[in-house]
Amino acid sequence: MKRTIPVIITFVVGMLVIISEFVPHKPFGSIAGTLENWFLIIAGFAIILGVLSLLRMSGHKINSKAPNWQYYLAGIISFSVMVLVGVLWGMRESRGIFGDGENLFNWLGAKPFDYLFNNFFIHLSATMFSLLAFYIASAAYRAFIIRSFESNLLMITAVIIMLGRTSLGNIMTGWLPQNMQFLHLPRIADYIMIYPNSAAQRAIMISAALGVIGSSLRIILGIERSYLGGGN
Amino acid sequence: MAEIMTTIGVWIGVFLTFSIFSFLYRDNPFYRFAEQVFVGLSAAYGFIYIIYNVLIPNLFTPVLSDMSQNWLLIIPGILGILMLVRIYPPAEWISRYPLAVVIGTSAGISLMFYLKSDFMNQIAATMINPFAIPSASAISGSFLIILGTICGVYFFYFSKKQEGLFAIPSKIGIWFLMISFGASFGYTVMARISLLIGRIEFLLRDWLHIIK
Amino acid sequence: MSYINTHVRWERMTLFGILFLAVMIPLILPIGWRTDVSPHVQMVYDLVDKTPPGSAILISFDYEPSTMPELKPMAMSLVDHAWQKGHKVIAVALWPMGVQMANDVFSELTASPSEISSDEIPDVQTTDVKEKDESDEMMTPAVSANSIRRYSSKRYGIDYVNLGFKSGAMVTIKAMGRNIRETFPTDTFGTPIDSLPIMDNIVHLRDLAYIISLSAGDPGLKQWIMVAHDNFKVKVSGGTTAVSAPGFLPYINNRNQLRGLMGGLKGAAEYEKLMGTFGPASIKMDSQSIAHVIILVFIAIGNVRSFRRRRKQRQARDKE
Repeated sequence: MKRTIPVIITFVVGMLVIISEFVPHKPFGSIAGTLENWFLIIAGFAIILGVLSLLRMSGHKINSKAPNWQYYLAGIISFSVMVLVGVLWGMRESRGIFGDGENLFNWLGAKPFDYLFNNFFIHLSATMFSLLAFYIASAAYRAFIIRSFESNLLMITAVIIMLGRTSLGNIMTGWLPQNMQFLHLPRIADYIMIYPNSAAQRAIMISAALGVIGSSLRIILGIERSYLGGGN
Repeated sequence: MAEIMTTIGVWIGVFLTFSIFSFLYRDNPFYRFAEQVFVGLSAAYGFIYIIYNVLIPNLFTPVLSDMSQNWLLIIPGILGILMLVRIYPPAEWISRYPLAVVIGTSAGISLMFYLKSDFMNQIAATMINPFAIPSASAISGSFLIILGTICGVYFFYFSKKQEGLFAIPSKIGIWFLMISFGASFGYTVMARISLLIGRIEFLLRDWLHIIK
Repeated sequence: MSYINTHVRWERMTLFGILFLAVMIPLILPIGWRTDVSPHVQMVYDLVDKTPPGSAILISFDYEPSTMPELKPMAMSLVDHAWQKGHKVIAVALWPMGVQMANDVFSELTASPSEISSDEIPDVQTTDVKEKDESDEMMTPAVSANSIRRYSSKRYGIDYVNLGFKSGAMVTIKAMGRNIRETFPTDTFGTPIDSLPIMDNIVHLRDLAYIISLSAGDPGLKQWIMVAHDNFKVKVSGGTTAVSAPGFLPYINNRNQLRGLMGGLKGAAEYEKLMGTFGPASIKMDSQSIAHVIILVFIAIGNVRSFRRRRKQRQARDKE
């Protein structure tokens, strides 16, 4: 029952959604519409579940005094502070339990939640991803080595795109006469993107779509049950 | 006071920026602290916005303001709470019911839309008249699209061993894929550099006021 | 062994330092190189430009602060263009942080003249930039960083609205296709949707002239194409980070699944050029170009070193 009923629910819901695509009239259309509204709400709870899992994992590490447990404490404190200020005074778009916190707003120049977002989160998020620029430079130096015809092809394309998609490509070949404009680097870059790149990406897309269709069918028909998790 | 707090905010941003950048030299307490604060704030933001943007307008307000019309919404509310039970391992099986609704809906929708958009429409878009636009680049490009798509899909066919003559389209497919990966590499470099430019612009403009 | 580790570490730090300088110096000393416009960005521009005034359009802010350098300039230029053409802008978000991203763009574009410094007031500089662009190879980088127009007279709820975030991705878009008002009963500020004049006569996605998704990943542009265009036949266009851009090009086809695409910072700079502005994306293109050259030099040096190492190994093997 603990595994059979969920599999039956998945089948019924999946089939209802598929049938509603072909028969949009009542009752299938309205049932599918209701399911969509329910999905929004349940998906919201799923995100809350993710947050609770994170807190549980951090709490476990702090309790067991795992290595670097102090940093997990910092994570929980930052989470708690932001949730607290968000609930008490709201954010730019919403009021909190204590209203809009005008005094705090005048003092900080923004609501506490927005202050944390603008002065902490934005910088952390942006910098975390900007580290990748350095790593790609390091990887390009170490690992991007030409060894075969295929890697040659990859390298030549990368060079053309990297030059052609910047202003430098324009400078390098902008002097070419009109009848040789097909050698203009930005034009070659556009040609590569529109034609051979699109062809390959389309092949990947078609193949991936077959994979998604296959796995969706397996899930609906109950052949694939890994989403139920292990145990009883 | 607001101006002072704004300036303090900029300095906090600079401190956090350099804390993260310090990882380029080696792992250190400043980076680990900044990383965990990032995780905490990220989770908090999602949590708050789910409550204010999804649960309040789509669940609590309709149910509390007009129960007679919206009583049906209590069901997804209950299912959502059952989903949260997943956090308690002995009762984890209860969360399978709402999960089944979510997975079933997602699977049904994905199947239909991937079939239409990524399969049928893409195949139809490949069945083009290569001579439709009378220019050398368009004609050559159209042939490349047809050839590249067919050979690329052929490369992903693993049900029969590709050898001898049967390996030729696969080889051509690999070449097209390599061209695509080269293009992706170029674009990835562009993306990563853009993010770094954004950070350095913040340091130069908002902190040091060297640029406007 | 520790000597090798130290050597490797200092080599890495040198690479990082060179890259940092390569990005920083052009920001301080701009060169002003020109950008060509690619056909796909032109398609996005034409879609916005040819839509009649008074049309309601939807922009989905599906990104977060980490990808702001690429996508925020696109957002600014798009809203600027839409308001120039008299379109009504409806903002939604499939990512939680998209709500703040949308609010930031609207706040900046509707800032009143007293809230911005005098050298940011755009109209005069915009005209200057257009004239220079036609005659000179290099654009004179003397204009302010923010020479995008400001619209302090635009009113929330009438000319633009932020409906907020909803979880559910593809399902959300499908629900919007059926009934936007049920999916978004209020805007992000809690105002009932029925009391917003901009939402009069807007019930389904089909009531919109076009949809633009500014997307940093999943969910985003792909879902809008699949549901909004392929199911509900609404015109869809978009901007993505450069990482995702190559994967969306197959959707630009004879079935018009996607009407144009802005890819990364270059796409944003091209759109700014079409708008006749020298905005935040254009300023960064000099750094982008120099950094690309530096990366190519790194690749070349790495390949030369590898080639020499392999030749030495081959010679050593031949001697044996």
